[in-house]
Amino acid sequence: MLNALTLLVLCQFAGEVIARLALLPIPGPVVGLVLLLGGLILRERRGYATPGADLKATAQGLLGNLGLLFVPAGVGVVTQLDVLGRNLLAVAVAIVVSTFAGLVVTGWIMQRLSRPEEEE
Amino acid sequence: MRHLFHLWVYLETTPLLGLTVTLLVYRIAVAISQRLHHAALANPVLIAIITLALLLAATGTPYAAYFQGAQYVHFMLGPATVALAVPMHANLRRIRRSAGAIVPAILAGSLTAAISAMLLARLLGAPREITLSLAPKSVTTPIAMGIAEQIGGQPSLAAVFVLLTGLTAGVLVGPAMRLARVTDWRAWGLAAGTAGHGLATARMLLLSETAGAFGGLAIGLNGIFTAIIVPLLAGLLAGG
Repeated sequence: MLNALTLLVLCQFAGEVIARLALLPIPGPVVGLVLLLGGLILRERRGYATPGADLKATAQGLLGNLGLLFVPAGVGVVTQLDVLGRNLLAVAVAIVVSTFAGLVVTGWIMQRLSRPEEEE
Repeated sequence: MRHLFHLWVYLETTPLLGLTVTLLVYRIAVAISQRLHHAALANPVLIAIITLALLLAATGTPYAAYFQGAQYVHFMLGPATVALAVPMHANLRRIRRSAGAIVPAILAGSLTAAISAMLLARLLGAPREITLSLAPKSVTTPIAMGIAEQIGGQPSLAAVFVLLTGLTAGVLVGPAMRLARVTDWRAWGLAAGTAGHGLATARMLLLSETAGAFGGLAIGLNGIFTAIIVPLLAGLLAGG
């Protein structure tokens, strides 16, 4: 876990530095994600089992409990109840309609463009 | 009694209280959700947020005091975002094989969801703060919060919008796919992951493993696309 956690935090750190130095409007951790993905691809090309057992277990542990990590920020909604209450209708309509539209567009285009997948 | 009062005063000033309560409430929320067989609205995150918000209100604890402890959980969102690279890497072969369909489908779905949400909110009179916090609502929470912060929205509003979007997508994915006559599980999964991130994808996993895998890769790819696109759109669409 130590190696994997260090690697994840290092990627995040590097991502943050790159995003700020290059003035990218992208969150640092997303740049870190791309860096790690690139690293994993390179590692696999050199013939190592990828990801290593340590990283695999740590990633599973973090992503398996992702829900917990949203809670503190979600509770922050108590500081926003005012503005949320005043805009309830706008928020509800925007979320329901845009989600439905996003689902239809993605699903329809994917089915139109994809070839049948060979069995695996 | 005086003793207890001193204990409370001490606990209130240490991060330990906020941290313990967050973990405990979430653990109980997970148990409740399992009891209710993962019904769409019995989401553990939703249950935990409502419970904690009520606890704060009942004890008169300001959010900032609670966050002193909860920030240690919150901080792990960064490393968790980076860790999304691991499942993406596992799906890389599939992504490459159907890139010609996946990339346009996710891009179009991502743009549709973000633009329609911002325009509708603006039309219905929502202030800039709300409109900007709605823009990244379709992507996984850590990325959405990062984007919201970047473009001048409220990360905590974004977190709640993401949650509501995931719940909505989980309920609407069936009707939406039937309306669009989509029968391919890969397309169901990709739509769920693009419009409703991990929450809707988790529901796909109950239906089909293929749908789950495509949902998983849509979460990662859409997160990256949205992080690039939304900051550019935000300036144009958020209004004054």
